Amino acid sequence: MTIDTTSTRPEAEDNRPGMLERPLSRVLRPDAEGSRLRGRPDLYTAYKQDMALLNTPAKRNAVVLLVVATVLAAFVLPNDLVVLLSTAFVLCIGAIGLNLVTGYAGQVSLGHAFFVGVGAYVAAVISGPTDGRLLGYGFSFLPLWLLAAGVVTALVGAVVAPIALRLKGLYLAIVTLGLVFLGEHIFKEARPITGGPGVGRPAAVPSFGGGEIASGEVWGLVFLSRAQQLYLIVFVVLVLLAILGRNIARSDLGRAFSAVRDRDIAAEVIGVDLVKAKVLAFVLSSFYAGVCGGLLFTIAGFVDPGSFNLLLSIRFIAMVLIGGVATISGSIMGALFVALLPRVSLEIASRIPESIGVDEILLEGILYGVLIVAFLILEPRGLYGLWVRVRNYWKAWPFSY
Amino acid sequence: MEIDQTARFVQMLSDGLGNGAVYALLAVGFVVIFKSTGVISFAQPALMVVGALSVSIFGQALGLPYWVAVIAGMAFAAVVALVVERVALRPMVGRPPFVAAIVTLGVDIVLRNIANRIIGPTPAQMGDPFGFSTVTFMGASIQQRDIAAFLIGMVLVAALFAFFKYSRTGLAMRAAAFDQEVALVQGINVGTVFALSWALAAMLAVVAGVFLSAEAGLSQTTFTSAFKALPAIILGGLDSVGGAVIGGIAIGVVEAAFATYQGTGTGQGLSFLGNNFATVSPYLVMLLVLLFKPFGLFGTPEIERV
Repeated sequence: MTIDTTSTRPEAEDNRPGMLERPLSRVLRPDAEGSRLRGRPDLYTAYKQDMALLNTPAKRNAVVLLVVATVLAAFVLPNDLVVLLSTAFVLCIGAIGLNLVTGYAGQVSLGHAFFVGVGAYVAAVISGPTDGRLLGYGFSFLPLWLLAAGVVTALVGAVVAPIALRLKGLYLAIVTLGLVFLGEHIFKEARPITGGPGVGRPAAVPSFGGGEIASGEVWGLVFLSRAQQLYLIVFVVLVLLAILGRNIARSDLGRAFSAVRDRDIAAEVIGVDLVKAKVLAFVLSSFYAGVCGGLLFTIAGFVDPGSFNLLLSIRFIAMVLIGGVATISGSIMGALFVALLPRVSLEIASRIPESIGVDEILLEGILYGVLIVAFLILEPRGLYGLWVRVRNYWKAWPFSY
Repeated sequence: MEIDQTARFVQMLSDGLGNGAVYALLAVGFVVIFKSTGVISFAQPALMVVGALSVSIFGQALGLPYWVAVIAGMAFAAVVALVVERVALRPMVGRPPFVAAIVTLGVDIVLRNIANRIIGPTPAQMGDPFGFSTVTFMGASIQQRDIAAFLIGMVLVAALFAFFKYSRTGLAMRAAAFDQEVALVQGINVGTVFALSWALAAMLAVVAGVFLSAEAGLSQTTFTSAFKALPAIILGGLDSVGGAVIGGIAIGVVEAAFATYQGTGTGQGLSFLGNNFATVSPYLVMLLVLLFKPFGLFGTPEIERV
């Protein structure tokens, strides 16, 4: 946007003589923070404004509205929907993680389910009861085990990352696929930690100092059920990690990721540290996966070692592709979409006559596949791309461009 | 009880070679598609299941003789593969190979969900003439299924080599694999080559699927065995048909060796690796090989220019 110096003049100073003799830089930046001018909300007068996370009033208002609505939803929605949405928020965290490594840095990982599993078990072991048949240390303070789940999984990611340094493209995809199969085997066999297949173990125990989170009055103010409390906690974690993800993406590290994705040799030539970028992509993605794993099973309260299979990895890939590659908001949209898909297919299946023999499980499976294929062929930018199309249409309305 | 070590070894080897030949067939299918289109088709397991299921239906429900049913199943899978290629993969020409690979993953989910629903909880029987019958050789009882799988696998691979080497179509496929644009200029219909390689890969997968489900039948989990062809092609290198055959057989033998010699019971041999480690051992081998040879044993290293 070009800057018209005559109209950017602050109105309060309009009648002061000698205004136009001020140095140009002061006119371009009316004050240090570059405050927005009245009546010209889309005019950026500072680089900082242009690069702000919420750079338009519409975005700011929409985000505030969305956050308020989401918090209020905890009190309005029926219990099963609150649980469903909490699970969806946790999946959002995992999807952001996968999008960092696969979307931004271009390192195809089909092994996300393995990292989610590591996170789930680290959290469960740290917070689990000390006296049970399974390994547990009884530290049920939620921020502690959540952080530990993230950090330990990130370390595992750092161990796997060197493989990504040697391989690229489809070779990496196949190797990470092997990681899922190996991980599934390890989870099934490490009985003292996971309880073994078909038996499983209780998931991480959430608490804030006192006893395990349970339905009851919070701070003596309002009665909240366990599901509602977890919903709010998970939402806060998601918002924090989404902002972190967005900031990583627009920092120098995020730019390095994009450069590596687009052409890694060219990136190296212009001075991007390939080793650092690739390892950090895996580490960050694993951190998100670990946090996701720690929370994912806490809502249901139970982990089965068979959960971390190829299908879970494919679900994460589907979230990223359906939502939008290399966008944080897209990851969230995609994860919500995929998490709500079972519910949607249940609704659709109940309307199909039984004689056709299509039930919700079959329908859900087919929908996953069809949606992945359809989005990749028709709208590779995913839901985010659809949103951009709608936005651009209305931007120029009533003209076509 | 004293176990005859020779017999045990021969037994292990025959199991390994039989399964290895099956993996080799699947792996060659992967390589044929990769060479001509540059895409790893994750839909191979689904095509295998769909084909083997149709063999079972043709043989059991329609009462066709076994070999006729196998041929019919191969034809059916080839048709499915052609449809998949035309509908889902052709629009992806010119897009990054990873994206096309994910499309095949989507296709795999759709096909497999439908096939699993038809299979149901009880495995579908192939009606094959081998069953559990065995031949005794050097004290080991070798399954006829393994012998048949190895022989038929090797014959098919040899036929495929001959096809690539001596037929005009095979030459066209090699040309398209070498350079698509130049092949186009030479008057080769590259689209036909793509379709043909998908059909070929599907037919190979069906033969593999028929042997994989020869004893226990085709169940909802049989498809996981098809993924073991991936370590095989990684071992051999993504673009080497010969490498895929060697890789497949090597994976089969490694798996059988782990199954035979790992030892069960606590504190014995390699038992700390856990029960059924054999089924995931191919992936471990793959990881180790890739750490030292990033393009497999026989693959062509990519030379990149900026």
